[in-house]
Amino acid sequence: MTPTATPTRRQLHLPPVPASPFPYHRGSLLSIQDLTLEDLSHLLARATALENQDPLPRARTLAHRRIALLFYESSTRTRTSFELAAKSLGADTALVSNLSSSIEKGESLKDTGLTLRALGAEAIILRHNCSGAPWLLEAATRLPVLNAGDGMHAHPTQALLDLRTILAHFDPATKTFHLEYDKNSVILSDRSAAQGVEGPASLSSSPAPVIDQLTPETLSGVTVAIVGDILHSRVARSNMLLLPRLGARVLLCGPPQLLPELAAAAGPGISIERNLEAALGQSQAVMMLRIQAERLAGLQLELEEYKAAYQLTGQRLAAYAPSALVLHPGPIIRGLEITAGVADGPQSLILEQVRHGVAIRMAVLERALTASSENSTGTLPATAGNGGRA
Amino acid sequence: MTALIIRGGHLVDPAAGIDALKDILLKEGRVAEIAAPGKLKSANGTQVLDATGLTVAPGLIDMHVHLREPGQTHKETIATGTAAAAAGGFTAVAAMPNTRPPNDSPEATRWMQAADRNASVRVFPIAAATRGLKGETINDYAALKSAGAVAVSDDGLPILKESVMREALTAAARAGLAVIQHAEDTRLTQIPGMTAAMNAGPVAFKLGLRGWPNEAESSIVERDIRLVTSLREARPHLHVAHISTAAALNAVRQARRSGLRVTCEVTPHHFLLTDEHVGLYDTHAKVCPPLRSAADREALIEAILDGVVDAIATDHAPHAVHEKEVEFDLAPNGIIGLETALGLSLRWLHREWKMPLGRVLSLLSAQPAALLNLKGRGTLAVGSFADLVVFDPKAEWTYRAHEGKSKSHNSPFDGWTMQGKVRWTISEGRIAYDAESAG
Ligand SMILES: [Zn+2]
Repeated sequence: MTPTATPTRRQLHLPPVPASPFPYHRGSLLSIQDLTLEDLSHLLARATALENQDPLPRARTLAHRRIALLFYESSTRTRTSFELAAKSLGADTALVSNLSSSIEKGESLKDTGLTLRALGAEAIILRHNCSGAPWLLEAATRLPVLNAGDGMHAHPTQALLDLRTILAHFDPATKTFHLEYDKNSVILSDRSAAQGVEGPASLSSSPAPVIDQLTPETLSGVTVAIVGDILHSRVARSNMLLLPRLGARVLLCGPPQLLPELAAAAGPGISIERNLEAALGQSQAVMMLRIQAERLAGLQLELEEYKAAYQLTGQRLAAYAPSALVLHPGPIIRGLEITAGVADGPQSLILEQVRHGVAIRMAVLERALTASSENSTGTLPATAGNGGRA
Repeated sequence: MTALIIRGGHLVDPAAGIDALKDILLKEGRVAEIAAPGKLKSANGTQVLDATGLTVAPGLIDMHVHLREPGQTHKETIATGTAAAAAGGFTAVAAMPNTRPPNDSPEATRWMQAADRNASVRVFPIAAATRGLKGETINDYAALKSAGAVAVSDDGLPILKESVMREALTAAARAGLAVIQHAEDTRLTQIPGMTAAMNAGPVAFKLGLRGWPNEAESSIVERDIRLVTSLREARPHLHVAHISTAAALNAVRQARRSGLRVTCEVTPHHFLLTDEHVGLYDTHAKVCPPLRSAADREALIEAILDGVVDAIATDHAPHAVHEKEVEFDLAPNGIIGLETALGLSLRWLHREWKMPLGRVLSLLSAQPAALLNLKGRGTLAVGSFADLVVFDPKAEWTYRAHEGKSKSHNSPFDGWTMQGKVRWTISEGRIAYDAESAG
């Protein structure tokens, strides 16, 4: 065969990619990229303020507002977390799940969304096994839609709660981490909260270092490793697109079947380190991911080999990252990606992440139902579609 | 049949080498005479169309459409699909066999062409290469050809088995037909539980969608070229449908250099759009093969400009609104294209990328006519079928998918600026489309 000559490159004017019309509603949280650093700062501040507020006045925040939880995938953690957050703010919730008979057989997501809206839902929390489903739902209903995980794509509230967890152990002055939980070092840009107007007095009097506002340097110098089944993980995608915006470096670690080379091209600040020990040695925080057997389909994976190379063991942690924060979005599979000793050990923040989740989701729900709609007329387009065109 | 004179137009017929102001007389469905302006005498009853300022060209030929009839008439029918074709300047369409049931018999092939179908323009059936499109047993190509089939294909699916493809190429060569291959190694793209939804690459990774790798196309094209090489004596004609990758194009380019009869077509969506146009899960950009990377798109454009590509075909694939208004993973593949192919080709290939008008029109008429052996079409030489398109080459207009003649509206080009507005489409001497009287 003769080698193929490189064709001459012409300078061509090419059709542009149209700008995205999403999100249609300012209260929606479809992906973490939709949030500016200012939005992120505000959400973290509101999470702290709401967490510290007295339960009774807090329950007036969204009193009798209607929120639907639409779950096409089973989920204990995320669903319960959203439900508790909604109830803490006084909202009424309705759970619609494909595991119950509530979703009519064969009814489209669009029709289910329109039905929920007709029933009075003011916001919809959606968990769906198909990537992109929240965009379809938002275009169809024009309601605030909160993405509680879509396929392999995104899980923005998980990324937010992971960020809150990391910041709670971070000293911005020295750029170092500590394993004790410092309630006061989570972000406080909300001046009213910082001055104790809403929060309890202990907060405003705290001398602890406080992050006023997230910046592209907040986490500069920090490296976070994300380890395991990156390919199928919406948590990994949301985190790898969020953390570098605050200056952190993200190291992805896993075997080629679960971590394709092109993952590093997903955004700036992302690189691949196939060796777990090398990754641990460079990281101040480690996020472990489970293997999503349900999405593996035809992929062949030798579990024993996987464990030998990628399991987070006490030994590895002690040798390479003795002071790193250990995170895991759950559900954890003890003895596979992580040993029981590490999951229960002093570096593990797994249960703390769960607590941060409720605070974050309160802030996200408050934003969803208090943001004014971009779509002032409130009318639906002739064909909503997920067409990506206005 | 009444005679028709088209007067004052600029005749562009690359096959006949005409590029001049000419009047043209159509009689009994054929081109009767071409003369200098004002030289044709109009007998009594001759209808005269004033084409001053307009371009008159051979009717366009789309060698790859899905008309959905029989079986899925909620998407399209032969009547609505050919009405869309006429509105887009097409006077002939080659209809793929993946209807329900598939067109794999002479009876079905004849049924497609029957007058009862109310087609606005000529329909040339492409028959199934294998029984039931199952890729196992080849059909009787000679019988299909005498019923009117112009090629064989399992489009929608590949002919995956090497032995079956070898048989198909051999039998088709004997019958004088092309085998049109939908080059997709489904062992890579349709793994149960992880069917590919878009082009494999960074965009798919970011969107969390399963990727369709380039090799799934190029490996089949390369294998088929090996088969054509080994069957060289029989002179088989392999035509690669909707080619979308640089690697497959390179394989075609090399096969041609070694004198093999290997041809290919490109769709407007593949030469204009990339996987970035999927945006945030726009199902109107979901198509098979998928919209590729910017590098592949550039290779397609280069190949069109360099003459490696033999035809522009639309792969017109209508789907109802409710079928596309679903989760990206669940949406069917397909883009309609009959009403945008000319406007996009003139706007981009001709105006932006400076391809001569005659060459653009040839890719849309004379060349597909030659690939399918459509005698007397794709040219306006005297004696040819009176298949013409008359259009205003300068006019710009905005495409509105919902205003189209197709029953479906699944186009990523909704709202795009088109160049070149069809004034009349004439099919075998009859006005099949008239912009002034079109609703
Ligand atoms: Zn095809």
